[in-house]
Amino acid sequence: MGEERKSTIKKIQATGMMRKIMADYFYQMDRASKEGQPKVAWCTSVGPAELLLSLGFLVHYPENHGALLGATRTANDYIPMANAIGYSPDICSYLTSDIGSFIKKETPLSRAYEGIEGVPKPDVLVYNTNQCRDVQEWFSWYARELKVPILGITTYRNIGEIKDYHLQSIVHQMKDMIPTLEKISGQKFDIDKFRHVLSLSYECTQLWKKVLETNTARPAPMSFFDGTIHMGPAVVLRGTPPAVDYYKVLLKELEERVVHKEGAVEGERFRLYWEGMPIWGKLRSLAEFFIGLKTAVIASTYCNSWIFEAFDPRDPFMSVARAYTEIFIVRDENYKEKYIEDMVRKFKIDGILFHDAKTCPNNSNNRYGMPERLEKKLNIPSLTINGDLNDLRCYSEEQAKTNIEAFIEQLEAR
Amino acid sequence: MDYFVGVDVGASTTKAVIINKEKQIIGYAVVNSGADFKQAAERCFHLSEENAGRKVGNKYLVIATGYGRRNVPFAQKTKTEISCHAKGSYFYYPRAHTLIDIGGQDSKIIRIDDKGKRAGFKMNRKCAAGTGAFLEEIARRLEVDINELNGLAAKAERNIQIGSYCTVFTATEILTKIREGVEVKDLIKGIFGSVIKRALEMDPLEGDIVMTGGVVAHNPFLVKMFEKKLARKIYVPPLPQLTGAFGAALYALEQKEV
Repeated sequence: MGEERKSTIKKIQATGMMRKIMADYFYQMDRASKEGQPKVAWCTSVGPAELLLSLGFLVHYPENHGALLGATRTANDYIPMANAIGYSPDICSYLTSDIGSFIKKETPLSRAYEGIEGVPKPDVLVYNTNQCRDVQEWFSWYARELKVPILGITTYRNIGEIKDYHLQSIVHQMKDMIPTLEKISGQKFDIDKFRHVLSLSYECTQLWKKVLETNTARPAPMSFFDGTIHMGPAVVLRGTPPAVDYYKVLLKELEERVVHKEGAVEGERFRLYWEGMPIWGKLRSLAEFFIGLKTAVIASTYCNSWIFEAFDPRDPFMSVARAYTEIFIVRDENYKEKYIEDMVRKFKIDGILFHDAKTCPNNSNNRYGMPERLEKKLNIPSLTINGDLNDLRCYSEEQAKTNIEAFIEQLEAR
Repeated sequence: MDYFVGVDVGASTTKAVIINKEKQIIGYAVVNSGADFKQAAERCFHLSEENAGRKVGNKYLVIATGYGRRNVPFAQKTKTEISCHAKGSYFYYPRAHTLIDIGGQDSKIIRIDDKGKRAGFKMNRKCAAGTGAFLEEIARRLEVDINELNGLAAKAERNIQIGSYCTVFTATEILTKIREGVEVKDLIKGIFGSVIKRALEMDPLEGDIVMTGGVVAHNPFLVKMFEKKLARKIYVPPLPQLTGAFGAALYALEQKEV
């Protein structure tokens, strides 16, 4: 006795298909980068990707690359390089690890995909500050370093009710960037192409939403940790057919799991909500730990962030502006609180885990008294785990696991 | 089973408590955890057996707790130190209360309801500030034996405020104060005040307060200072350093009852 309880993660069969479409995506971009055609745009996670795709760009997402650096546990090899050139260890560790890896001329892509030597060279950098201010700084470094044009959208932040002027501002900013983008891509903007991409994006995010909602079943068929991996296509391939095809397959598999009452966690006793960023380098370790505790982490703000209900091909600019603005991270504290409350009820959650990510204040929602307010309102306990998305110097495995175990003991005693 | 053992392998010290069916402590021991948790757990258990007059034989159940709880091969079960401290504290104070445990490596605040169930808990953040390790580091800097801290603080004549949040910054702040001619006893009282501030930042500390842990066991003056700060009585159980191990022993006894 006295051994740490460990269990194996149940494999999702669709993973093979996901690996293939992700590999195709990275190879396609690598080819474009080497041949100079089609043009490559770098875009923030909820930047105007649909617009870029409609103009014929292939789109690289540095945040996805950041997550890869975290998940492969190489981020800490690179973060110090960015720190050394003046980018503080207290700012976004996606930024510091990504810039550090660029300085060191290394990428997990070349380890995963033979023949790929680096991230694709950008022809243009396009950000949206709806995520945070750090993405702008991040892209600005590359703009200076690579002498590449940079375009951006500045989004109103911390908003409750969305007003017309919030959206009009985004529409104007998007329309403003079209002439420059046309010049770079060599293609004329075509509203019908934009509508088409948008309809694909909408279909992708609707399927992704259904995938996540299979977890309302008890036992839940997929864990949060699986979700962070399987959201890959929704992040980097939204607006393209392979993502739509993929989520149809994944959804079918999860629906079958629901029918057969096959949970991601054998003997599911408790259902938890994960609020905040994943700890990328510890996904497997945490997934196994929770399986050992017969506890399923089944819903999260993070995985939901790629559901864009507002996309509407009939009104492309306005609907895109709305979709990019109504996401959780852009909203005020009251909206966020209500949102989590609704999720807790919908997924029948027993407790909430808040991840206080040291370098990501915008995704750490425990800092303004929300756990305390939600505990009172919902009469369920919460736990805050100190850590980080990528910088494992900020994470104590032993302390986190002891806290989680104690939290489960608390749920057992309720 | 006749005896029930709790072994609390902490980051700094290992504690063992043996109780009988009547929940009376019949033996206990404290040793340094060192680098070999398994060995520390075994040594501590043997010392507690000796302390109990070697009557335990092989009729006992063991529950291990603390950071090293998984390194106790002779334990039948493990339980986190958070549950065990709450259990041990509720035994002495069977009512709703808030427990502050200041250990070697971390400090925790546990809210316990009137039925002994945990209503919530918080642990300090990653830093050593406000823990036993913090006091050890400062004692080393001041070249004061750790066992002399309490006596010196009690003799302090001035109230020195230590403002830093971080152990390293505190050490620097202390150097400045030394240069300004502040006496060591006053500095130590200031350091105790800093430990108290860290706890106050963690929780509103409502209702009755109980304090446990090695820091409290060795520094009763710190509890006095805390009482003054809160203008309320603070309860300290007998053998406050052993509260976690005692709670684990109580769990072992329940295990038997199940």
